[in-house]
Amino acid sequence: MRWLSDETVAHLRRVAEWPDLGDTKYRVLEELGSGGMGTVYLAEDRVLGRKVALKVVGPGAASPEIAARTLREARIIARLEHPGIVPVHDAGTLPDGRMFYAMKRVDGRRLDELATETPLPERLRVFQRICETVAFAHAHGVLHRDLKPENVMVGSFGEVLVLDWGVAKILELPEEDPPRDGGPATPAATAEGMVLGTLAYMAPEQAEGLADRVGIASDVYALGAILYFLLTLHPPFEGDAALARARGSSGSAPLPANQRTPSTPRPLAAIAAKAMAIDPARRYLSAQDLAADVAKHLDGEPVTAYRESVWEKGARFFGRYRTAILLIAAYILMRSLLLIFYRR
Amino acid sequence: MAKPVFGLLLGGILGIFDGLTAWFTPEVRDQMLMIVVGSTVKGLIAGLAIGFFANKVHSLPLGILFGLGVGLLLAYLVAAMPQPNGQHYYFEIMLPGAIVGAIVGYATQKYRATRMART
Repeated sequence: MRWLSDETVAHLRRVAEWPDLGDTKYRVLEELGSGGMGTVYLAEDRVLGRKVALKVVGPGAASPEIAARTLREARIIARLEHPGIVPVHDAGTLPDGRMFYAMKRVDGRRLDELATETPLPERLRVFQRICETVAFAHAHGVLHRDLKPENVMVGSFGEVLVLDWGVAKILELPEEDPPRDGGPATPAATAEGMVLGTLAYMAPEQAEGLADRVGIASDVYALGAILYFLLTLHPPFEGDAALARARGSSGSAPLPANQRTPSTPRPLAAIAAKAMAIDPARRYLSAQDLAADVAKHLDGEPVTAYRESVWEKGARFFGRYRTAILLIAAYILMRSLLLIFYRR
Repeated sequence: MAKPVFGLLLGGILGIFDGLTAWFTPEVRDQMLMIVVGSTVKGLIAGLAIGFFANKVHSLPLGILFGLGVGLLLAYLVAAMPQPNGQHYYFEIMLPGAIVGAIVGYATQKYRATRMART
């Protein structure tokens, strides 16, 4: 009699937990990850012969509300055709009644993992791409509501993808009733007092569950929080501070980014602070405006969120035209030296 | 404005100013007109060449290096020409000429050429 190795047993256990895809055209290859809503598998599309990412609602969560929520997420992503959003190929129901949808498989790394190894200008360019994607979603009437570095993937060819639209909200649709069984709400079903998203990156109005006040400005806040993370490599609120927000003391501003990480340029810290203003009216009007201010900083121009001193203006001007200034100075110096030499 | 045209104009203007600096050297003040004309022509030729280079190669360091080289070469040709007093001003002409070329190289690389829309 031969005994199975621990590895083999573990593998068999894993495989036993994989969903029964029945007569669908997909075959599970491996589990990629799981979250509150379900599990994402690497699967093979047997008809087209390509690999896809298959999101399947978790076992025991096959309620009609969860099915509706998953279908809604798939539909939201499907209506957003943008290079920054992973396209949905297919959606359906498994033999056991669970919803699934198939997306393009993306090879890449999460922004929170990548940020520590990437220089700041590169991180800022990634941030601009996130803003463009979110601005596109807003233009199509969709709020993400759970923007955070963990939900951004940077592909192996530099593509930037905003993931996990599970708690997204379609702006023009009326709010639906919250689920009666106390389970998670559907994306649009965010009742007053209900909190969806990640506290560390969440706007105060969203953390307080003020569903009627959650809007584009709330996503702008989350973008500001992502910028804060990219500048300091820390979320704006951590541990107890993040929990305190859930308990109602969300109206506090985080420590300025340039105080947390002194090497942070002040204009960028000011941009993050403006995007994360407690009052939504004081934030950037749109994700595009936020991206534009970051672009101004990258181009060596003054940003709208920060008032420079004369010294800072001079330093920025010198930084922007350093080569030209040095060349002109070299010419003047050369001419002056030749003149002095001739006068002797 | 296309980059070669921009280079031509900037090279010409800087050439005039470079030539005018000869006024500070009393020994050659009587040859000012010839120096300014020569320096302008040198600037125009260098600017045109640097502008064409900037059109083909999009690299700030290479643009500056090319400008430096062209400025140095043309300035050498000017400095090597026989002077009425029999003297050659190699350093006085070549060093500033090379830097002027580098400045034009920098400017043409940074300049974003615009095209007129045709209707």
